[in-house]
Amino acid sequence: MNFELTQERRMMQDALRRYLANTITTATREAAEASPTGFSDRIWEGLAELGVIGALFTEDQGGYGGSGFDLATVFEEIGRAGAVEPLLDTGVLAGGLLGALGGDAAAQTLEAVIAGTHQLALAHTEPANRYALDRVSLTAEKTAGGYCLEGRKSVVVNASAAHDLLVTARTSGQVSDSAGISVFRVAADAPGLEIRDYPLSGGGRGAELTLTRVEVADAALLGVEGEAHAALVHAHARATLAICAEALGLMDRIRVLTTDYLQTRKQFGKPIGKFQALQHRMADVLVEIEQARSAVINLAGNLDGPSALRDLHVAATKNLISRVGKLVAEESIQLHGGIGMTMEYDLGHLAKRLTMVDHRFGDGIHHLDRFIRLAVA
Amino acid sequence: MDLTFTPAEEDFRKEVRAFLEAKLPERLAEKGRLGRHLSKQDHEEWHAILNERGWLAGNWPREYGGQGWSAVERHIFEEEMTRACAPRIVPFGVAMLGPVLQTFGSEEQKAYYLPRILNGTDWWCQGYSEPGAGSDLASVKTSAVRDGDHYVVNGQKTWTTLGQYANMIFCLVRTNTEGKPQEGISFLLIDMTTPGITVRPIVLIDGQPEVNEVFFDNVRVPAANLVGEENKGWTYAKYLLTHERTNIAGVGFAQAGLEHLKSIARLEQDNGRPLIENPHFAARIAQVQIDLMAMATTNLRVLSQAASGQAPGAESSMLKIKGTQIRQEINALTRVAVGPYAMPFVSEALEDGWNGDPIGPDYAMPATATYFNNRKLSIYGGSNEIQRTIISKAILGL
Repeated sequence: MNFELTQERRMMQDALRRYLANTITTATREAAEASPTGFSDRIWEGLAELGVIGALFTEDQGGYGGSGFDLATVFEEIGRAGAVEPLLDTGVLAGGLLGALGGDAAAQTLEAVIAGTHQLALAHTEPANRYALDRVSLTAEKTAGGYCLEGRKSVVVNASAAHDLLVTARTSGQVSDSAGISVFRVAADAPGLEIRDYPLSGGGRGAELTLTRVEVADAALLGVEGEAHAALVHAHARATLAICAEALGLMDRIRVLTTDYLQTRKQFGKPIGKFQALQHRMADVLVEIEQARSAVINLAGNLDGPSALRDLHVAATKNLISRVGKLVAEESIQLHGGIGMTMEYDLGHLAKRLTMVDHRFGDGIHHLDRFIRLAVA
Repeated sequence: MDLTFTPAEEDFRKEVRAFLEAKLPERLAEKGRLGRHLSKQDHEEWHAILNERGWLAGNWPREYGGQGWSAVERHIFEEEMTRACAPRIVPFGVAMLGPVLQTFGSEEQKAYYLPRILNGTDWWCQGYSEPGAGSDLASVKTSAVRDGDHYVVNGQKTWTTLGQYANMIFCLVRTNTEGKPQEGISFLLIDMTTPGITVRPIVLIDGQPEVNEVFFDNVRVPAANLVGEENKGWTYAKYLLTHERTNIAGVGFAQAGLEHLKSIARLEQDNGRPLIENPHFAARIAQVQIDLMAMATTNLRVLSQAASGQAPGAESSMLKIKGTQIRQEINALTRVAVGPYAMPFVSEALEDGWNGDPIGPDYAMPATATYFNNRKLSIYGGSNEIQRTIISKAILGL
């Protein structure tokens, strides 16, 4: 039994924590919000230079990491800093899927991703598929020498910056069949692709995609036609770990901010942290954050194991993070009072970002249902 | 024990409902249903419609232009208003200052200010909280020093809701620094256009500049604007706060919110079935509905104890805690219900003049903003922690 990080991961953790702490300020956050991509190019380049993107990929894919604990280490620091750069979307979700399905043809793109010069986004969510991975109604019909894509995708995170979109499409079967789902690589400027983008609560940008007779070549199909579901599930498992680790970092930071506030804010002649009622609330927050830390470790340790065990931990960890995240966001705002509700102070931004974690890759109820099917029923 | 309303009360409910069906502009009701932001003009328009019927300040005694409604009548009115998605009555003049002036104001103040509240000449805001005086309200520092026929006011107020619309502010100011802090506070009415006043908006996490900071730099206020006696302001402030709490349970808001949540959960698809059929989601809705049914009765129990026109006592603290917990849970479930469409954050889409298509279903757009905005419910009007302290002291005797 050993819960210490390896020396390499500790070095990454230190370097990343230092870099983000020295780089992210209120001004960089506001600049990111105002930029057309929703993040800072300079910070993205900085992350690439530090080798952070490479840490998300295996050696086969041109990186030097890619395991559960690599992801957990990186994303905990991303969360702690409240960074909004699209490591999750370009690096883990779309990048991971491209690495898993793209074969040799994807090597050049992955190299550019790791170098920080290429952005990706996964377009899977549709207006009515909520969090389901097997429900796809956007269609891809075989044409001479390629495919024709038709349909809609919703809340595609990082579409505003992406050079390429990985689009899930139905090549056969019914709307809810796990067989018959394929992934296509579509250039952001492809004719027939309309991207309507907007800011997201908690930072970053998303978009609604409308594909009207978008023609792609055969080479745009990633992997085997109709057999992308397993890779999609695996990519989402990795992305779920990443976002749960990010949530953990956010919660750690929020705990520190709130504890500091309790020690400095005075009412009735003393710091409000001297009131036992508030001390106990904060103690509960700490206990729950440590539960979250253990859940993230459970998932990181099982990410690359047997898929049944992996999926069990995905459901368990995301459900627990959903519950603890809500508690931490709501309690931290309440314990701060009015100041916790303003845009002028870090806490509000962090609490919003933490709250939005529940709206990606399945909320608490979605994963409760999954956990029951996998472990209880 | 009789859980039913009297025939007269039921008739009153029918009368209110018929009035709302006839007079509430559909444009305003739609804004309420879709969670759009109300402009100053929207509020003023609705106040004028209510005032024409004599129902803007139904809680006021008849001699001041009210209806002298009982607590139960007020409750019925508020329940019907929220059911119809009518804009809420802006509370600062009608619900807060009005009763204070009627009880403690001079004849001149009553004759001058009360009609102006009803006819919309004055928009009031509340100058209570300060950066150093939130839960500990008695520690207000904004000073008022007598200088001939005037007070000279210096200091800062904060969390001033809709202060950007107001031309008048009622303030707690310090007129004496000796003795207990509660004994040196006065209640002063200040014209916001007086030189030396600066209003700075504070943007909240839902993106809205709903609250403000108000700065006072050598602001000269006529001494005639003092309400009651100097250094007795704490008594009036407490009186106002109990009135602020009469509808603190927010039963009508909770009922309307719950219906809205259910309608969303019927439309949202979860694995090809309506979300409301998901047993875990349905269980969460059921729990909050069960809590709401009990809380509605607790609310009526407290109301029926309070004599006509009187504000309830420490029991209102219990209503505030449970009522805000229920409303916040409904807001959280609504956010969860809209799924990935909780993420887009386009606050201008909730404003007048926005002609774009909604992003996702139209009911999804305000869900996250409303959830975050209503975190304020357990913070303002005496935080829920302060309410618990009131309960422990005043009811439990601890």
